[in-house]
Amino acid sequence: MSDFSIIGKPIAMVDAAGKTTGAGKYTDDLSVAGMLYGKILHSPHPHARIVRVDTSRAAKLPGVVAVVTGKDAPNPYGILPVGHDERAMALDKVRYVGDNVACVAAETEFIAEQALELIDVEYEVLPAYFDPEESMKAQSDFIHDNKPQNIEKDYHHVFGDPDKAFTEADYVAEARFIAQEVTHAAMEPHSTLASFEIDSQTGKPGRLTVWSSTQVPYYLQHKLSLVLEMPMSQIRVIKPLVGGGFGGKSEVIPLEIIAAVAARAAQKPVKITYTREEVFLAHRGRPRTIVDLKTGVKNDGSITAVKARVIQDGGAYCSYGVVTILYSGALLGALYDIPNIQYDGYRVLTNKPVCGAMRGHGTVNVRFAFESQLDEIALQLKMDSAEIRRRNLLKAPCITVNGLRVQSYGLPECIAQVVTRSQWNERKGKLPKSRGLGIACSHYVSGAANSIIRSDMPHSTVNIKIDRDGGIVVYTGASDIGQGSDTMVAQIAAEVLGCSMARVKVIAADTDLTPIDIGSYSSRVTFMNGNATLRAAQDVKKQIATAAARKMDCTLDDLIFRDDVVVNKRAPVAATPANGSQPTVVHAEASVSGRVEGQILRGSLQQKRKDEGPKARLSFEEAVVAAIDFHGALSGTGSYAPPPEARGGKHKGAGVGPSPAYSYSAQVAEVSVDEETGEVTVHKVWASHDCGRALNPTSVEGQIIGSVWMGMGQALTEEMVWKDGLLMNPGLLEYRSPSSVESPVVEAIIVESVDPEGPFGAKEASEGSLAATIPAIANAIYDAVGIRLRESPFTPERVLSALRAKKKQKHINLTEGVDPTAPTTFREHGGSLCFKGKGPERHALDPARREAQVATGGAD
Amino acid sequence: MKKELIELRVNGRTYELAIESSKLLLDVLRQDLDLTGSKRGCDESSCGACTVLVDGIPMLSCALLAASCEGQEITTVEGVSEHGSLAAIQKAYGDWGGSQCGFCTPGFMMTVKHLIAENDEPTDADIRAALSGNLCRCTGYEQMYQAIKSAIDAERRGSGVAQ
Ligand code: FES
Ligand code: FES
Repeated sequence: MSDFSIIGKPIAMVDAAGKTTGAGKYTDDLSVAGMLYGKILHSPHPHARIVRVDTSRAAKLPGVVAVVTGKDAPNPYGILPVGHDERAMALDKVRYVGDNVACVAAETEFIAEQALELIDVEYEVLPAYFDPEESMKAQSDFIHDNKPQNIEKDYHHVFGDPDKAFTEADYVAEARFIAQEVTHAAMEPHSTLASFEIDSQTGKPGRLTVWSSTQVPYYLQHKLSLVLEMPMSQIRVIKPLVGGGFGGKSEVIPLEIIAAVAARAAQKPVKITYTREEVFLAHRGRPRTIVDLKTGVKNDGSITAVKARVIQDGGAYCSYGVVTILYSGALLGALYDIPNIQYDGYRVLTNKPVCGAMRGHGTVNVRFAFESQLDEIALQLKMDSAEIRRRNLLKAPCITVNGLRVQSYGLPECIAQVVTRSQWNERKGKLPKSRGLGIACSHYVSGAANSIIRSDMPHSTVNIKIDRDGGIVVYTGASDIGQGSDTMVAQIAAEVLGCSMARVKVIAADTDLTPIDIGSYSSRVTFMNGNATLRAAQDVKKQIATAAARKMDCTLDDLIFRDDVVVNKRAPVAATPANGSQPTVVHAEASVSGRVEGQILRGSLQQKRKDEGPKARLSFEEAVVAAIDFHGALSGTGSYAPPPEARGGKHKGAGVGPSPAYSYSAQVAEVSVDEETGEVTVHKVWASHDCGRALNPTSVEGQIIGSVWMGMGQALTEEMVWKDGLLMNPGLLEYRSPSSVESPVVEAIIVESVDPEGPFGAKEASEGSLAATIPAIANAIYDAVGIRLRESPFTPERVLSALRAKKKQKHINLTEGVDPTAPTTFREHGGSLCFKGKGPERHALDPARREAQVATGGAD
Repeated sequence: MKKELIELRVNGRTYELAIESSKLLLDVLRQDLDLTGSKRGCDESSCGACTVLVDGIPMLSCALLAASCEGQEITTVEGVSEHGSLAAIQKAYGDWGGSQCGFCTPGFMMTVKHLIAENDEPTDADIRAALSGNLCRCTGYEQMYQAIKSAIDAERRGSGVAQ
């Protein structure tokens, strides 16, 4: 069945008009009667004990309705069951500049802000840790008492025999790579509106409704129930339109809990919307990552072994950290054929805002290191860098050495496509001075095969209801955050049921109405919710077909659902009205109005039908009515759980990395480098992506382009700059994501490998492409000017200092201070912004402070 | 705070409002007039999500005092649709994927409306320059360029429908 009527067609998103007219509502656009505004008091210290909080002055300010602190909701929570280390507001300690201390609910935002100034907090400042390698040496004042050495989690995996394989290698490359911290900066600042119904029996706050900008309504419902000590069934979470997530809304963000706690105390609805600065502090972005990478190869280019030691600067709480550090190791596999892998991963706590999941979760920074090193190796072996990738392809279907099952594998085609389109063979090495081409590959999961809260229950369930008017309502828990999942769901339902998109209405992400879907993260929605939708639609289709077959006197297999009609393909041609036209008889009769005529007509119609024998086609409505007559009601259900074979190996930490299917990407970037200013310009990126099947090509291309673009931001300009735990660039001007004039032309190339388990063969399309962009650009920079940048982003400062070092013919390794021209504070400050003033006060015993004194000879 | 009485012309209607003189146009639109199409994406006038037209010129409504706009003609995204149906640019943004999460879209609608009004044959460079004050975090802008060109085409054909 290759010719689809809806699948594979470019279709405008079902909610597009709401977005272009401004009619669509995001959380902050909502208000309810009597609503108060909440404002949060944040910690000014990176690490301090709270001695005393006095809210009495604030509570007395006219217009203030409630002031809440950590004591009002002391239960711990966290997105991972192993990481319940956060609280609605701090109880005993604050752990980063921006940690949550108290919240005021007041009649206006202005009053709430004023009241914050009236809250008196006494802190006892503690030594703070800002660098993960420093933090790992800590002897006292741990960030969390139960995490000695401030190590959140470490993993040590060995697959095959890497030590032996390294001795057998003809060439071994080894280097340290660093990727600085980046954040999602979704355009919509987080917002939550929480409202309690007053219980009719007790007069106390009863059922809770929360509207929130979230990617994970069900996890939010679950965590709210933990913190508020309410049954989940008493909590309704509704996701309005969400203005982008990229992972930044894929866990419970403090304001979501705080709004509910404040609403309970105030006994009134409370809305909290973050300022942009608060969004940066809420963070949950991609951690600064140090990758010590070693790769061994044979002279023919085949990889014998890989050894990676990864340290992630996780910030002050666990968040997704344990998963992130596992992804970094697990997804060393499943792209190339690597027979021996050693992985040592450390997720480290520091006194900075919390890192979490961000587009390409866990894989991006390691992929930057790996693909850069592969390029260096190709150069050493005098091999074309596209060729070395071809020499290491997996032989799919297969199970990798670390237990990942790969079925569809479009990487060879992806590489072939970008090589052809970019004219790689003709142009590589022949471009004008300071201009170059680079290639890199990446991959990503189509949903994690194991859910966060381990169980064998389905990851997605979808219900479909069809009523006698022939209208189809799909109830899905999938959270559309702009990627278009509502549209995807509607397309699949319409395709299966053979009807137009206009007939389908999607009700999504409302925990009271829609069955569970665990959320929009790990690129799982098309694969998992798509499969559940497919099954629900097939379920209901079967019911319609049973009734239609009876009416049409044929078997189920004879029926075709398409273009809003149900046709018996075996019916004698004579009984079918002229091919493709409407069932003329029915329409002609239907146009006659009036009761008496109707009765007469019905009689004659019935006679006519008898004469004609069973019908060869029914309109969709007729088929639906027949089905409702037959079954009494018409609804279908479908669910999806990843198959056991796809859930990975048995080792500790094996749960993260396995996926029912992997997407593949290859990219070629063309860049030029201004050797005077150090500025890098990306002219064009050819990006091919194996998404299994493109259900909606416009959306798939949009996702590929968006990923490449975001990758380019991380490669060139985006970076969170810290000074003693204080974020120096918490605004969209200073945190520089590319504007339209800085953005390259991206040629998105769709590769379809048709996965055996994906809905219509589809896999993920939204994350996998991001990781290839950074190394493709790094490799292109090397091609252009011969400098190997091992620290991202490739800002003019970094490019220039590398160029200077190169001119002295010096081996350059920015991260070890080999380059004398590099700023000495490179590592802490990232080198792109230079902060001259003093950061927040440091404790006398602070290790960072002692270090600084040694380094600068005590002249702090 | 003391309120003052002002008259605002928004999308062809006149509103009489009692507001604090320090209130920003964006807040008046969103809170007092319930025109929540214009969005707030930042604290420092750097994202463009709040763009409205003031006498036909794109302005950041988060950087304007409402009281200073008296006597001027303000157009928000709610005023872009024509005769109750989508304007060509709205339709085209939907068809070509110019809008993903849509949070930046109202701002872009205003900027693009102005661009098209000023220049009905913009080059790629013109389009990129015109959009550079509006941030989008989803699309990488590429599909917006196609949308804009197709909207111009559609308007030229007078059909108002993008292919
Ligand atoms: S809200 Fe960001 S520029 Fe106005
Ligand atoms: S569409 Fe999401 S920010 Fe532009």
